[in-house]
Amino acid sequence: MSTEAIEHEIPGTVMFDGTQAMKGYALNKMCYSFNSASSRDSFRADEEGYMERFGLNEQQKTAIRHRNVLELIAAGGNIYYLAKFAGIFGLSVQDVGAQQTGMSVEDFKAYLKRQGDV
Amino acid sequence: MATIVGGLTSSHIPSVGNAYAKKLFNDPYWKPFFDAYPKIHGWLDEKKPDVAVVIYNDHGLNFFLDKMPTFAIGAAPAYNNQDEGWGIPLVGTFKGHPALSWHIINSISAENFDLTTCQEMAVDHGFAVPAQLFWGNPDESPVRFIPVCINTVQHPIPTPARCYAFGQALGRALASWPGDEKIVVVGTGGLSHQLDGERAGFINKKFDLYCMDKIVNEPEELAKMTTHDLVLEAGAQGAEFILWLAMRGALQGTVTKVMENYHIPISNTGAGSMVLELA
Repeated sequence: MSTEAIEHEIPGTVMFDGTQAMKGYALNKMCYSFNSASSRDSFRADEEGYMERFGLNEQQKTAIRHRNVLELIAAGGNIYYLAKFAGIFGLSVQDVGAQQTGMSVEDFKAYLKRQGDV
Repeated sequence: MATIVGGLTSSHIPSVGNAYAKKLFNDPYWKPFFDAYPKIHGWLDEKKPDVAVVIYNDHGLNFFLDKMPTFAIGAAPAYNNQDEGWGIPLVGTFKGHPALSWHIINSISAENFDLTTCQEMAVDHGFAVPAQLFWGNPDESPVRFIPVCINTVQHPIPTPARCYAFGQALGRALASWPGDEKIVVVGTGGLSHQLDGERAGFINKKFDLYCMDKIVNEPEELAKMTTHDLVLEAGAQGAEFILWLAMRGALQGTVTKVMENYHIPISNTGAGSMVLELA
């Protein structure tokens, strides 16, 4: 079974496989650079120039400008690297979860908690 | 000869690093999580391991997609915890045990597992959070560490069966070490969680409790799962459960459960910890 076939079997889930890894390489490489404080500062100082330096394509640049996680994933982003991008804006994984599911942060936190009640 | 005293598991959620630094041990949100650890400390005080082999996954600190090893092992005298970009406090430098690392590398390679060997290796929260929970900050830790990193970032990740078999080879390697150290094997990460996609926030209590039950005496049942089963049942990042299976593989003999704890939610995760003693 190909990984592409698996990808469509779990709703709301993109398996980060070779196809995604190739598609998102520049985007993920930029986000990986955010491990370093000086890189985070460089990005803040000139976002467009920083994206250009890493060779992001238009889809990736647009997703970065929108700070939109689902768009970033569609552009090949891997959540572990994207988390470093979200960290620049002080976003928690609850903020990121709320954005992706269309819930308020409070509703998302309540959803997490409710799953402990079953 | 070396003695394997048992196995530990712990989730390695980054926000735990912040809560630990702020000493939120009795905070109502955190207490059901942190309450497990004094019990684990009691067991560690009794067993007094000298070495901890910590099986974890790197989350984009030491490894990038340019080179993504499936199984990597530290063979360094020390391992630095470094900036991951989103502000959890750094805890310092962990002491290594390179002679034992090379023994493991040689022994496991002879069993046809091909490892990436690392004489420099930065460790992220996946390693540092459990190490801190069990032994405090590295400057006060009585144990030396060997990090074993398994790819959970990019598919194909190793299957549950492969990780369990890897753990079995690791256990044989440790048992054949001629030193007199007492060794504990640590499986980190999990349990169910998914950070990405419209399915973000997914947690599966029933499946987590099933895994915590089966891992004690029927780990082979869990090793039959496919990666797809694991992502479906545990969430995209819950696939980190392969790290627990690798730990369990290293415990060959009679295993008894000393304690377990499970709580939902810590951050976006079903958080679990266990102590498994090897008789």
